[in-house]
Amino acid sequence: MKPIIQINNLGKTFVSKSGDVKALDCINLEIFPGEIFGIIGLSGAGKSTLVRCINFLERPTSGTVQIDGLDLGSLSSNELNIARRNMGMIFQQFNLLMQRTALDNVCFPLELSGVSKRKARERAKELLEIVGLNDKLKAYPSQLSGGQKQRVAIARALATKPNILLCDEATSALDPTTTTATLDLLKKLNQEMRLTIIIITHEMSVVEKVCNRVAIIDDSNICEMGSVNDIFANPKSEAAKRLVFHKKEHDIPFTSKNCYRIIFDGRSSFEPVIANVVLECKAPINIMYADTRNIDGNAVGQMVIQLPDEELAAKRILHYLNNKKIPFEEVKNFV
Amino acid sequence: MFDFELFGWGILESLYMTLGSTAIAYLIGLPLGILLIVTEQPRDTANYTTKNWIFRIIHVVLGFITNVLRSIPFVILLVFMIPITRGIVGTATGSTAAIVPLVVGAAPYIARLVESSIKEVDKGVIEAARSMGASTGQIIWKVLLPEAKPSLLIGSAIAVTTIFGYTAMAGFVGGGGLGDIGIRYGFHRYQTDIMIVTLILSIIIVQILQEVGMRLAKINDKRIN
Ligand SMILES: Nc1ncnc2c1ncn2[C@@H]1O[C@H](COP(=O)(O)OP(=O)(O)OP(=O)(O)O)[C@@H](O)[C@H]1O
Ligand SMILES: [Mg+2]
Repeated sequence: MKPIIQINNLGKTFVSKSGDVKALDCINLEIFPGEIFGIIGLSGAGKSTLVRCINFLERPTSGTVQIDGLDLGSLSSNELNIARRNMGMIFQQFNLLMQRTALDNVCFPLELSGVSKRKARERAKELLEIVGLNDKLKAYPSQLSGGQKQRVAIARALATKPNILLCDEATSALDPTTTTATLDLLKKLNQEMRLTIIIITHEMSVVEKVCNRVAIIDDSNICEMGSVNDIFANPKSEAAKRLVFHKKEHDIPFTSKNCYRIIFDGRSSFEPVIANVVLECKAPINIMYADTRNIDGNAVGQMVIQLPDEELAAKRILHYLNNKKIPFEEVKNFV
Repeated sequence: MFDFELFGWGILESLYMTLGSTAIAYLIGLPLGILLIVTEQPRDTANYTTKNWIFRIIHVVLGFITNVLRSIPFVILLVFMIPITRGIVGTATGSTAAIVPLVVGAAPYIARLVESSIKEVDKGVIEAARSMGASTGQIIWKVLLPEAKPSLLIGSAIAVTTIFGYTAMAGFVGGGGLGDIGIRYGFHRYQTDIMIVTLILSIIIVQILQEVGMRLAKINDKRIN
């Protein structure tokens, strides 16, 4: 399949009086039609800059961005404006026109592209119905809740029938319930319209809920990329581990040595692994921490166990895990 | 004591000068304010193209002219403008003639008011419009002006009351209006009663102009209910 978005050697350096800031460095990325692609990273990693380079709100300092094979860098500003109609974008702060009703906000991009007022209204009504706001057509943004505002923004972003939707922290200003509802809506749009969605977030739970693939961006670089399944089950880079495991391990109150992290892929989490280990090796195991979850129908997750102090028993257990091909790694300084 | 004809004409002349010059000053100040916004360039010159430089030069020149005009005291501008006014209107006295210096004094002031109103528009909204492929013209007409409308209306209330104050000074050069009455009767002939009436009428007119502007702004603002 041909990628719908192809980014090659993309770099962006901001020049300012206080020195140059390298926000992105040699980013390579391919996103395919119909994907929900997550881009995750800590604050300041360069996520917003990356997504703003995809529709050229920010002009890259080096490299190319191709949308459907079209190199955005080669376009005149007029052509670029037309290309942008194929890419909707939603934001953390919604960015609705405060002096326009919900309906007129959705009409806005249609007016820009020269659609007649009557046709624009028809289409806007359809869209507001899809996002579940047909009772709020005449409401101004100040009369809507955060979740409703984001729905209007989604309807507006889809008005010109784009193939791509860019979401920059679109759920970061919403509460957990509204976040879930908004993500469900995005997933529905993805499935029903074959919309390609790029989701920027700093929350792993967002990626986990809707994304197929994810890129982890750390300090201007993509340090890891792959299916959500793989990265959750077995994060390799430091940044990925930090994002996947980080917070939870801090919740655990006591220090200990001799700790191992067992990683479950979909298969092994349905086996009573721990019970079998204990029975086979006849040695006690202390479960320090466990977290498994359902991703795309597969159970994946991790468990941190503490092995007995007796060296022989510990070796037996590790040997057993090896034999059963259950991935594990030692966790040092487990706090 | 209350001479209806005298004060009636005075009020009409004052309003004529105020509203007339405000209207013309907006025709100049509004585009000027927009131009100041559009030509504003990022401070960092590293990635400047020729277009950036042209815009920057326009911005600096317009900003400079605006500031110079704004720093001339209005009484001095009035006198200085007399030959120019004569050239345009044919005479330098009377209400219509007074409109010329009033416009020259008010337009740069209005340009700055417009500029600051437009600057209040949320950057995120402008960015959203850009992401939808809006051209610069569309951003001005469909985003900046409508979104800044309440603030622009408040600005116009401030402008119109300030210009009303200027029209009183225009009385000095024979512009007519309430200011003229105040100077001729109250100042030169020591008729304190006429001075007081002029004063009260001025206060009432300013209050009304101010109130109308603020109400309009409020009705037009959909952010608060
Ligand atoms: N216009 C700008 N001028 C100068 N530096 C900038 C500009 N925009 C972003 N940066 C810098 O680029 C880096 C990446 O910023 P970016 O906004 O992409 O981060 P982010 O990953 O989106 O962070 P967050 O999660 O906080 O939104 C930061 O160091 C930031 O300070
Ligand atoms: Mg960001």
